[in-house]
Amino acid sequence: MIHRECGVLKTTYEADMALYPLPIARWAVAAIAVFFFLVLPLSVHEYYLSLVNLISIAVVGALGLNILVGYTGQISIGHGAFMSVGAYTAANFAVRLGAPFWVALPLGGLMAALVGAVVGIPSLRIKGLYLAIATLAGQLIIEWTINHVSWISGGVQASIEVPRPRLGSYVIGSQRQMYFFLLVFVVLAIVGTLNLMRSRVGRAFIAIRDQDIAAEIIGIDIFRYKLLAFAISSFYAGVTGVLYTYYLGIANYEQFQINVSIDYLAMIIIGGLGSVLGSIFGAIFVTVLPIAIRYAMEAFGDVFFSSAAVLNIIPNLRLILFGGLIIFFLVVEPEGLNRLWRNIRSYFRVWPFAY
Amino acid sequence: MFDWQFFVLLMSNGVLIGLMYSLIALGFVLVYKATDAINFAQGEFVMIAGFVVAVALGAYGAPLWLSVAIALAGMVVFGFALERVMLRRLIGRPIVAVVMATIGLAAILRGVGPLAWGADTKSLPLPIPDEPIVLGPLFIPPIQVAGAVVSLLFLAAFGYFFLKSRKGIAMRAVADNQQVAMAMGINVERYFGLAWAMTGIVSALGGIIWGSLLGVDVHLALVGFKVFPVVILGGLDSIPGAVIGGLIVGIVENVAAGYIDPYVGGGTKDFAPYLLMIIALMVRPYGIFGKTIIERV
Repeated sequence: MIHRECGVLKTTYEADMALYPLPIARWAVAAIAVFFFLVLPLSVHEYYLSLVNLISIAVVGALGLNILVGYTGQISIGHGAFMSVGAYTAANFAVRLGAPFWVALPLGGLMAALVGAVVGIPSLRIKGLYLAIATLAGQLIIEWTINHVSWISGGVQASIEVPRPRLGSYVIGSQRQMYFFLLVFVVLAIVGTLNLMRSRVGRAFIAIRDQDIAAEIIGIDIFRYKLLAFAISSFYAGVTGVLYTYYLGIANYEQFQINVSIDYLAMIIIGGLGSVLGSIFGAIFVTVLPIAIRYAMEAFGDVFFSSAAVLNIIPNLRLILFGGLIIFFLVVEPEGLNRLWRNIRSYFRVWPFAY
Repeated sequence: MFDWQFFVLLMSNGVLIGLMYSLIALGFVLVYKATDAINFAQGEFVMIAGFVVAVALGAYGAPLWLSVAIALAGMVVFGFALERVMLRRLIGRPIVAVVMATIGLAAILRGVGPLAWGADTKSLPLPIPDEPIVLGPLFIPPIQVAGAVVSLLFLAAFGYFFLKSRKGIAMRAVADNQQVAMAMGINVERYFGLAWAMTGIVSALGGIIWGSLLGVDVHLALVGFKVFPVVILGGLDSIPGAVIGGLIVGIVENVAAGYIDPYVGGGTKDFAPYLLMIIALMVRPYGIFGKTIIERV
């Protein structure tokens, strides 16, 4: 929040431990809530709202991956596959058993958590590079299994049509209704992650990330907490997959291939590892980037290139910028957009003085 | 009745393909051995080199030796530059950073290739006949034999380099302990650059062979996915391991594809090596020939 405090004059422990130490923070939270629940959905065109919806889905997934990579320090290149596990579990429950979304969605998440924990088992014995490769293997094996076992996916390269989520007799169909539907989960995911990191479990995750040997010595059961990190992170991924499936109306394994795993890794690296706000920034950035490139090229590309060349340039330019940004942030600003935001904030906190 | 002829055919195919995998895996092992960095862009290196040769041959009509020379020189320069610009700045950072940086690099290369030279599949004709060599029950495509021979030659050359030459011994010292190597007067950063340049050379050869086998387009980079099972099975820092791992992966994927594909509708080739790799990671994560150093916390 942007606010300027003047003096710390706390007289009770309650005041010191308060969630919002300053009244202005409470007002800011209220203002943000009003903005996202009223102003944004009622003032913006459906197309842009669909973009916001994509960002919302990405925020949930990025938060989940950040719990694992940013907070626990384990790497996963298999999150796209965990999303597909959630998506197909929910799709099968919804289509075969007619399960409503509030049953299918947690089931998808739980299934993904189970699969994620299984893929995370090697994390006990191996770490770093080996874990990266093991999760990559998990991604490819899950992808193959879903594609080739027709009991799950309805056949090779098939897709499952999923009914719209409904609450009683109220069907969530339009982008605006979808926005509110997704907003609930985004808020749950953000608050859940923030509180998880304030809890015993979250502290254990951070301890494992910072020094795993020391963490074990002070009595943290490393294996349990690593598996828990994989499970929680995969739960988020599964929910992301379910949300995406409901958003699109179909479950298709092509939406969860390895490039999705890499997109999400890019989100948390560009946004900032180990930060909730960073996950949100990263999700916005990576979702908007290809669309911005397409607009820019469609608007100005014709000036420099032929229109056939522009069609070739758009996807490739996206890849180049995408990879370039990952490397740029890794080399120049490892703490990502979140750090830039903090720099801006601390500049204005003492403005107009330099310190 | 077990069909021996079919089985032997699958085996011979597997051996030849496996040796070609070894060549690409060698590039990965070289970098890991010397710099402890992992290269998730190995397949993209191969792809870019393939693009350079195919474009020099096709679009500019250069003779084969010149195209190959351009690709080799280009990849060496690229290797040195990459180390200088990107990887040197990541020394001492967590392993996630290096993994992600090479993944980012892979994305860039996958964008640059088709952007610079067009997305269509280019052929890379080598002066090698197309008719298979018939050896009793075996039909062996000559291109695969050429690939296997080149692989073996280079594996032997690099084996000799690491065992006997001054630079190779220095590189092993760097791999073993960077600080001690520095204290002995070895310029560690220069050897890092050299390792990446050597990977460039190996990738260029891989690009030529694989490019002429599969054709050059973005999908050539998918060969890189086969590197991981190969190096995990053989051991990340072992050159003989790259050969053995390549052979195992080549044989397993061909035999598995031959017997399982008809029942599941294809794709076993991409799946079986990774299943094998998971088992290897569980049982013997440092591979067959790798250093048995693995932290367990």
